Amino acid sequence: MVELLATSPCEGLLPLCIGQVTLREEEVGHLTSLAPYRGQSDALSQTLHSAHGVAFPAPNRVTGKAGARAIWFGRDQALLMGPEPDQSLRAHAAIADLSDGWAAVRLEGDGAEDVLARLVPVDLRREHFKRGHTIRSQIFHLNASISRVDDNGFVMLVFRSMAASLVHDLKTAMEGVAARG
Amino acid sequence: MRITCPHCGERDRREFYYRGAAVDLDRPAPDAGEKAWDSFVYLHDNPAGETRDLWYHEGGCGAWLVVTRNTVTHAVLKTELASQARS
Repeated sequence: MVELLATSPCEGLLPLCIGQVTLREEEVGHLTSLAPYRGQSDALSQTLHSAHGVAFPAPNRVTGKAGARAIWFGRDQALLMGPEPDQSLRAHAAIADLSDGWAAVRLEGDGAEDVLARLVPVDLRREHFKRGHTIRSQIFHLNASISRVDDNGFVMLVFRSMAASLVHDLKTAMEGVAARG
Repeated sequence: MRITCPHCGERDRREFYYRGAAVDLDRPAPDAGEKAWDSFVYLHDNPAGETRDLWYHEGGCGAWLVVTRNTVTHAVLKTELASQARS
């Protein structure tokens, strides 16, 4: 009898601590794509609020907190992170289970902004990119979702198949930043 | 080159995929006849000046955009969502 063991996307790759910056895998729970049907955005936001306590996020914003977050995930799309999606959401949106499909990591510490400045073509300094802000952009060559979840911490998601590339690119940038002292 | 996405703001060109002239938004009906289809598929303008192109924000929000730019000065003049430009 073969016994199958679940492994996380970054199993064996993380955590990393280089200089002042740490990179570890983020426990995200369920990941669910929410794509509101035409004209249903407001109804979806209300249902989402009564079911999970978070509003549907405006573009480039995150709503909620650890345990139940809604991250803007592209045009007319959000990612519900944490809870199992309530069935009442199905009346207003196309729902897709993306759990296990994405790798999620958290980059923290002084210098985290400098690490990302080497990889992301968007200004992520605190003056421009505050807690509760998110973007869809690229980390080196990887399409990614990047959110600032607290003053010094970023949560990033890429396709699960890209987990090793993500860790490699971030590690290289972390070493570069640390080497400059 | 930078393109201002209606959702994401000003972004680097590397995030975008180039499709071609925005004539694709005015696709003829299937029964429009040979002449209309010949013109749609083969007879494209090649303007020195303002042109409208379709771009896909692949490395960003995933929206199709119509970008108006000037091929002589390389200025990007306007961006709008393809869904709105069409309606």
